[in-house]
Amino acid sequence: MILRVGFLGLEGTVGNLASSDMIEADGHDFLAIRVRGLTKIYGPQVVLKDLSLDLAWGNFLIVFGPNGSGKTTLIKVLATISRPTDGEVMVAGFDLKKNPAAVRRNIGLVTHQPLLYGDLTGIENLRFHGRMFGLSNLEQRIEKAADLMGATSFLGRKASILSHGMQKRLSLARAILHDPPILLLDEPETGLDQEALEMLGQMMGAGERGRRTVLMVTHSVERGLALGNQVAIMSGGKIAFHEDRSHVDEDILKSAYSRFTGVAL
Amino acid sequence: MTKFWPTVAALMWKDIMLELRTKDIVISILAFALLSLVIFNFALGPSSQITSAVAPGVLWVAFTFAGVLGLTRSFVLEKDQGNLIGLMLTPTSREAIYVGKMLGSFFFMLMSEIILLPVFAVLFNISPFRLELLLIILLATIGFASIGTLFSAIAINTKSREIMLPMLFLPIVVPIIIGAVMASSTAFESGPWSDMVKPVQLIVVFDVVALIFSAFAFEHVLQE
Repeated sequence: MILRVGFLGLEGTVGNLASSDMIEADGHDFLAIRVRGLTKIYGPQVVLKDLSLDLAWGNFLIVFGPNGSGKTTLIKVLATISRPTDGEVMVAGFDLKKNPAAVRRNIGLVTHQPLLYGDLTGIENLRFHGRMFGLSNLEQRIEKAADLMGATSFLGRKASILSHGMQKRLSLARAILHDPPILLLDEPETGLDQEALEMLGQMMGAGERGRRTVLMVTHSVERGLALGNQVAIMSGGKIAFHEDRSHVDEDILKSAYSRFTGVAL
Repeated sequence: MTKFWPTVAALMWKDIMLELRTKDIVISILAFALLSLVIFNFALGPSSQITSAVAPGVLWVAFTFAGVLGLTRSFVLEKDQGNLIGLMLTPTSREAIYVGKMLGSFFFMLMSEIILLPVFAVLFNISPFRLELLLIILLATIGFASIGTLFSAIAINTKSREIMLPMLFLPIVVPIIIGAVMASSTAFESGPWSDMVKPVQLIVVFDVVALIFSAFAFEHVLQE
């Protein structure tokens, strides 16, 4: 199965690979994310416990949950940073254990940390990232990604001297540089100014809805409900609640959150 | 998967750019090694007999301990800025990341050693500019960088990383140090190449084993 996308206006297959690099998915079903019985244990601590999750292509899932519920660990496992202790995880149709490189081509990750080299300029950071992905048309991609994130004006400055919000914009530009069809966002709004938040909303919202599959962890009820078309609550290392956004308003979410987690949202 | 050598080149380019701007690695290696050479020089005194007998050991003590500092810095830059995660998110093979980081460390260690050799020559009144010695330095530095890059990646995830790296690294590189000291000693005495073959073979075997083992083990070290 070959996935075709082209979010930055650059036609290509998943991750804009050259035709010779086309990737055949491992098969199975065709969900963007399919998790079955995922368990992750760090030492004596069970962080994810028999977690299952389905996310179809083009959906935008917002994940809420208290600290320690396993949200960030779930993102780390999906991003291939953390190895599952047990369970089956398919991302973009690829088995995480068998084909992690193909999974990495199909995801973009934004975390609390900007993942930028402070002593390199913005454009040098993006060039390095692009070269690590073996991207063609790199300068064109950088221009488009930076433009989309409003980062063009400070591309020539060292990342270490940029404000947190500017670093986050660069980080978002880095995450979409290879046109991943799946975005994993771990509280991406942290440190962003109002303008950048609006830009993030635009990028993830109406303009892009259905074109990317997004799993976003957030504590912001307002932003989460505004962006997502699915809502989930994690508790005790499991998905305790997963509903279509059309069935959930703020009151229902808050009530479900306190019921499943024992704390108020 | 992205192509191997372009990725290695990208990693080396990044490490060299960062080093040109911060000079963290080369300065820490040079400062420590210079200090060691000067202290040994004063401690051993002017007797040429003692000096020539211990000079190979002094040279390799300086190179080894200074190399540990450089290896630590190499991954501190990745870890402290969260960039190790950034590297792990790329579809490139973990072997390519290992080789890129290893070649970067090798380059900085070798550059520092080349700068230190003339200082060593002046302080110990020994001419180190023999082709055999340069070959020994090259081979031993490959061994240091190969195993040091792996252990640096292991140590960086521990709380006491500055202590952990020498504790892991130094016992393992003993064969290289023994081989390098023995071969250097012969080289300083202008001995025949045949006397250097066995210690050099020891270093080469270590290099090959360290490179292969480290390249395969690196992925398991990186992932949580």
